[in-house]
Amino acid sequence: MTVTELVSYDEALASYDPVMGLEVHVELGTRTKMFCGCSTALGADANSQVCPTCLGLPGALPVVNKSGVESAIRIGLALHCEIAEWCRFARKNYFYPDMPKNFQTSQYDEPIAFDGYLDVQLEDGEVFRVEIERAHMEEDTGKSTHVGGATGRIHGASHSLLDYNRAGIPLIEIVTKPIVGAGERAPEVAKAYVAELRELIKALGVSEARMEMGQMRCDVNLSLRPKGREAFGTRSETKNVNSLRSVERAARFEIQRHAAVLSSGGSIVQETRHFHEEDGSTTSGRVKEEAEDYRYFPEPDLVPVAPSREWVEELRGTLPELPRVRRNRLREEWGITEHEMQSVLNAGAVDLIVATVDAGAPADQARKWWMGELARRANEDGVELPALSITPEQVARVCALVAEGSLNDKLARQTIEGVLAGEGTPDEVVDKRGLKVVSDEGALGTAVDEAIAGNPDVAEKIRGGKVAAAGALVGAVMKATRGQADAARVKEMIMEKLGVEG
Amino acid sequence: MTDLTKLTAAQTAEKIASGDVTAVEVTEAHLARIEAVDEKVHAFLHVDREGALAQARAVDAQRERGEKLGPLAGVPLALKDIFTTEGVPTTVGSKILQGWIPPYDATVTRKLKEAGVVILGKTNMDEFAMGSSTENSAFGPTGNPWDLTRIPGGSGGGSAAALAAFEAPLAIGTDTGGSIRQPAAVTGTVGVKPTYGGVSRYGMVAFSSSLDQGGPCARTVLDAALLHSVIAGHDELDSTSIAQPVPDVVAAARNGDVAGLRVGVVQEFRGEGYQDGVIQRFDESVELLRELGAEIVELSCPSFAKGLAAYYLIAPSECSSNLARFDAMRYGLRTGDDGSHSAEEVTALTREAGFGDEVKRRIMLGTYALSSGYYDAYYGSAQKVRTLITRDFEKAFEQVDVVVSPTTPTTAFPIGERVDDPMAMYLADVCTLPSNLAGNAAMSLPCGLAPEDGLPVGLQIVAPAMADDRLYRVGAAVEAAFQARWGHPLLEEAPSL
Repeated sequence: MTVTELVSYDEALASYDPVMGLEVHVELGTRTKMFCGCSTALGADANSQVCPTCLGLPGALPVVNKSGVESAIRIGLALHCEIAEWCRFARKNYFYPDMPKNFQTSQYDEPIAFDGYLDVQLEDGEVFRVEIERAHMEEDTGKSTHVGGATGRIHGASHSLLDYNRAGIPLIEIVTKPIVGAGERAPEVAKAYVAELRELIKALGVSEARMEMGQMRCDVNLSLRPKGREAFGTRSETKNVNSLRSVERAARFEIQRHAAVLSSGGSIVQETRHFHEEDGSTTSGRVKEEAEDYRYFPEPDLVPVAPSREWVEELRGTLPELPRVRRNRLREEWGITEHEMQSVLNAGAVDLIVATVDAGAPADQARKWWMGELARRANEDGVELPALSITPEQVARVCALVAEGSLNDKLARQTIEGVLAGEGTPDEVVDKRGLKVVSDEGALGTAVDEAIAGNPDVAEKIRGGKVAAAGALVGAVMKATRGQADAARVKEMIMEKLGVEG
Repeated sequence: MTDLTKLTAAQTAEKIASGDVTAVEVTEAHLARIEAVDEKVHAFLHVDREGALAQARAVDAQRERGEKLGPLAGVPLALKDIFTTEGVPTTVGSKILQGWIPPYDATVTRKLKEAGVVILGKTNMDEFAMGSSTENSAFGPTGNPWDLTRIPGGSGGGSAAALAAFEAPLAIGTDTGGSIRQPAAVTGTVGVKPTYGGVSRYGMVAFSSSLDQGGPCARTVLDAALLHSVIAGHDELDSTSIAQPVPDVVAAARNGDVAGLRVGVVQEFRGEGYQDGVIQRFDESVELLRELGAEIVELSCPSFAKGLAAYYLIAPSECSSNLARFDAMRYGLRTGDDGSHSAEEVTALTREAGFGDEVKRRIMLGTYALSSGYYDAYYGSAQKVRTLITRDFEKAFEQVDVVVSPTTPTTAFPIGERVDDPMAMYLADVCTLPSNLAGNAAMSLPCGLAPEDGLPVGLQIVAPAMADDRLYRVGAAVEAAFQARWGHPLLEEAPSL
């Protein structure tokens, strides 16, 4: 592996203008595969979800999955695309052991959806429009596991294992038009686009779009052109960049690498590149010396797809609120800043907060718990927020207990801790741990009397008008009640007993 | 006792249904016939004695229980080795699939089994159905029962020879450019290419998806119709299969009649390359149709002249993609897997060893025709010619009800004569392949022997898509008239083996 001398990012952007193209593959969450009835469920034994069709056995034929087409149309509509009145599948011919037929059934010059856009919002609120070239339907390949080599890649492996469970799972490939004019924000735009697309896909309910599971995969194509020049430079294609952070890093790295090559008088080789999570670098993959000739031609085993306009309009009616619009609405409803909203987004807490509010909690309280105590716990445990073993309904119940005065802040934290530890619902935890605020006036009065008696100097100061000194007495009462008292009420009682106006 | 192998399928089914004979007796008679003659004919690649007898016993048991039998229950059949058969080898005439046992039945296979048809075995064919002589089979040629030194046609030479040698009264073929009709013509049998989409292609190993069509082969028009109605119909597993009722071909075959029918004679189907005796028998057939009350209309279909060129771009293009799956990874032959070769090398070595010359030739032709920079000139132009041919047929069918022509320009040629001359071989399909390009329905049936060599000549009848019944109505009338003239079925003139 050759070490690439990079130029600094600022230096690269001083001379060059980046042009990006993003290709995102989304695995649809249909129950069955795109061209046969096999299950798409994850985690099954290798080669247990296969049939003559998805194994490419001699004689087997494909049949189109209608719900796959429906998902493709809904994605196209959500991306403001035109939906083809008539389109065909095409065969993309190339040999690879994990592709059963040695051609991929895809779409070529007749995609189901084309000419759309997606507005993405950067962290500071600026909106950038990414133009969509097309969204088309295709099928996934099987999965190769290369055994015996050091890198897990095919080079150096002693043999490879093939699992065809994934072969034939429906994919939608979404291709942007060249993204120009993003300048130094290009990597940010790339990340925001993929993030927005992922939110959109999830909102449509067509896929869980979990990048870490390979349900959404991104290729970053990037080229530089000297500032002021119209013509695009030669691009590199960085394949399988599979997290939002990696998308940003890959774009950034390639900008720096291209600039280094170009400014030293070299030229960029058109090639695919591998991205390395460890250090954010890319390395050369397959050089496209001769552009690969896929010999596309219309798939003769399938009839054309001709979605009726009525059906398309019916599907348009099922589109959810766009994620960006929804986020802006929520931000206003919750009365928070762009920056605060961004933190909520980054934490993956939007839906959790919405659900907590829906369960009756005030928005500020819901946000406080999810972004505070719970975010801290998730971070400590190294899990995503939704993976915590507490539901939005339970968080809302804690908020309600605080609001009615049954819990104070400290007790609420302990209650949540108990729920997370699997001790039951908030009410059960409160019961079992005995966390209720001490509201028995008699018992509390005794505690207050004891505190006054035990701290005569402090009591004297308060009587003398130093109201701020009351904190020490409140602290003594709280200690005596092991925190289970309402501090505000304690302070009130102290003032009453000492005859001071609070 | 009557020779059970000489009966028609309709007669056989009747005898079984009435209890005159058992399906097992019929099956055993055919297995014995295969045993006796197939060493010479080599119609079969695989005889499934056990499977056939088991099916025959099941039919007999059904009859004994008093259950109603289907119209072909217990009748033996020879299945072209291109249809998958669960648990029974399927080679497509290629070494690359030698030893492969399919885990599933083709839709045609399933329908045959459900109808109680007894599948005797799998028949020889040109490798991947590419050829017109069955000489391209990786497992040796098949002899024509009329003259064992001559070809039985192809690609379905095994199925046609099995019929002509009385090894089976029924057979299944597939027709991509003439592979049912041309073998029928040169063996003196009946073969039908149904409308494209009429018979499911599921489980039929693909050569050229947009042209391939399975269909019935038999010794009589009625038998072909009975078989047609068993295998045809919409199949959810084949997107290109037609979701419409199958035309009533059996009723048509029982009511042969051409009175008042307008019959088109295409002038492009004669001239250079056509054997005199073939033209003579064809002209007599046209005369016969006129005598039977048909109106003869001369037609010109100028685009048919480009049919062969278009066919040899479209079919190889599709085949280059369809045959890519034979890569040694999942089934079939595997060559070079000795630890010293990469997966890619194993694929290349396997394809080198497993495919024959004609298959390789067509894969190369098709790969070239689809490659970037050539696509428009080759594949694209061929599709335009295909459209023109379809329009020529449409125009013809505005004027006539059916079109007739010789099925193939010559009678059966000697084995080996054309193996080194692909163009001469390809010309055998010049009259048949326009129907594949247009997707309509066509039949070949015997119309006599060529005087110069005493070998069978075929008459082709073409009908519009989904008018398959018309073929049978015309075919039955012609067949009856010829047999009245000859005094017996043509096959009785074939030498005994």
